[in-house]
Amino acid sequence: MNALRAAIDAIALIGPGLSGWDEARAVLAGERAYVAAPTAVPPAVLLPPNERRRSGLAVRIALAAGAAALDASGRDPARLPTVFASSSADGDTCHAICEQLAGDDRLISPTRFHNSVHNAPAGYWSIATRSMAPSTSLCAYDGSFVAGLLEASALARARGEAVLLIAYDAPYPEPLRAKRPVPDAFGAALLLSPAASAGSLAALELSLGARTPEPLAIPALEHVRRAIPTARALPLLRRIARREAGEDVLEYLDGLSLAVGVTLCA
Amino acid sequence: MQPLQLSHYTLTSCLGRGCGPTLDALQRRASGLAARQFESAALDTCIGEIANVDEVRLPGALAAWDCRNNRLAELALTQDGFAAAVGAAAARHGAQRVGVFLGTSTSGILQTELAYRRRAPLDGTLPADFDYARTHNTYSVTGYVRARLGLAGPAWTVSTACSSSAKVFGTAARMIEAGLIGAAVVGGVDSLCLTTLYGFNSLELLAREPCRPWDRARSGLSIGEAAAFALLEPLAAAAPADAIAVLGVGESSDAHHMSAPHPEGLGARLAMQAALADARLAARDIDYVNLHGTATPSNDAAEDRAMVEVFGTSTPCSSTKGATGHTLGAAGAVEAVIAALALRHGFIPGGANTTAPDPALRACYVRESRDASVRRVLSNSFGFGGTNCSLVLGRA
Repeated sequence: MNALRAAIDAIALIGPGLSGWDEARAVLAGERAYVAAPTAVPPAVLLPPNERRRSGLAVRIALAAGAAALDASGRDPARLPTVFASSSADGDTCHAICEQLAGDDRLISPTRFHNSVHNAPAGYWSIATRSMAPSTSLCAYDGSFVAGLLEASALARARGEAVLLIAYDAPYPEPLRAKRPVPDAFGAALLLSPAASAGSLAALELSLGARTPEPLAIPALEHVRRAIPTARALPLLRRIARREAGEDVLEYLDGLSLAVGVTLCA
Repeated sequence: MQPLQLSHYTLTSCLGRGCGPTLDALQRRASGLAARQFESAALDTCIGEIANVDEVRLPGALAAWDCRNNRLAELALTQDGFAAAVGAAAARHGAQRVGVFLGTSTSGILQTELAYRRRAPLDGTLPADFDYARTHNTYSVTGYVRARLGLAGPAWTVSTACSSSAKVFGTAARMIEAGLIGAAVVGGVDSLCLTTLYGFNSLELLAREPCRPWDRARSGLSIGEAAAFALLEPLAAAAPADAIAVLGVGESSDAHHMSAPHPEGLGARLAMQAALADARLAARDIDYVNLHGTATPSNDAAEDRAMVEVFGTSTPCSSTKGATGHTLGAAGAVEAVIAALALRHGFIPGGANTTAPDPALRACYVRESRDASVRRVLSNSFGFGGTNCSLVLGRA
């Protein structure tokens, strides 16, 4: 099986009990204890104030993760291609539309409708960063992070330039939550280059296979990994946090997983 | 990009099931749009509904995936021998080396709309038979097609509104060039639902009459439904002389507005120029442009500006949405297959329903279908969030 190479130049992470990459890195490296807590989603500072107040959770978690990766990398977003990956779009908007369509007054709001598209966070991102670069938005249900990692790495390879991957999830409200119990919001953004350079954190070698992942040693984090699709990235991020070269297996689709070989950079 | 052969392709829309009836309808400049109501909708608009979608039965082992969107996928997969051709490709490449990348905007949301009418009176829970993962989720159509075709390679849904199933051609090309797969099934499936009908109604973008792209009196779009698929493989040295290939993909973002195009068509221009550069072709090499052409006043005006800047005023172009309606997330793949039909059969499809072209629009809009030597086609797909994708297809 052929391998696809890429390098990680910057990482951002926001999840339950993980308020940013600095904190997550320390927890994943075993330097501090993991304390479970609801995800603290920062306001979407990239958006103008009136849109910031109205923005939903999906847009906020995606833009916060992306903005943190920009801060960590010092990149100008205006020319940076993006890949957004999410197991669902804006769950609150989806619920509100379905509820209204089930009633007598079906005149849904136009803003709510355009916020319902899966690529709404990508649209807000491109407007906020004035980026006219290519952008795509993906979904592979529980395997959405791996789909995003493959698409972003292949895009970086094809274009010969860095690509920002923004993977995120936002929970549904009831009654959809009972059918799709994602417990909390999670965002992970990776700046991916086609090859490692002086500023890179790690070089990756991606290959598809059928192996199953090892559980994370911290039970509460393993629970997060299993419960939130984007958190399937955690074994890879843990390895980078611990600065251990080696290979991890990330869950993807039934019968198909992604092996990620990691080489550390200086 | 390295050219990718469309080894096999098919489409099903309100024009008919499979390539044959579609070709016939396009050559006759027929339209499948009609004034009728979908499900319980009560809107003063025309739709492009495919007859008898809900009579399609999924294979027994896949019954849990049953919803209108997957019924439509199943209906289309069984036309033109497409499923069998993919089976042969899987035998050649190995099932794990065939990817599946499909575009959809709403996937099976209709199933959830219907389930919300059956919530438990006491606690509001959804019915036990509602299967979120396999019928609603944005990935469900891709998961269904992957399972139905017995494929085991990488798969995902691209969901960028109305550019979704154009962008999958780029995804497949990059994954094949990276060596992770040897072939890919790409396409788009979007079926009628209340979310899009009432959503576009809320934006006041629905026409009352069958939509009239590029017309002076155009007043909005007509929503349709469709499924289209193509099997993509690297162009073989021994490819037949009449092989059709995707030659270039261009993508851009408007960075302007969530639901309105850039007024000067800037993002559209960037996508078309990127597709030409990717195909290593100049604008003069293109024989026909299949427009996004939704028939909203703003889309057609913005796209015309971009067209004239890139192509001038003599490259023939038309929108086939007067025939099929706007099939949203399926439109990119539908129009890629229409481009393949134009290349294979040597004709330019005239834009149905357009009677008086808008004199303010300067691109060379073709109203009557005509035979022509067509060697290269560019196809445009633009969507909400300011997402743009142009494809170049041609004789290999």
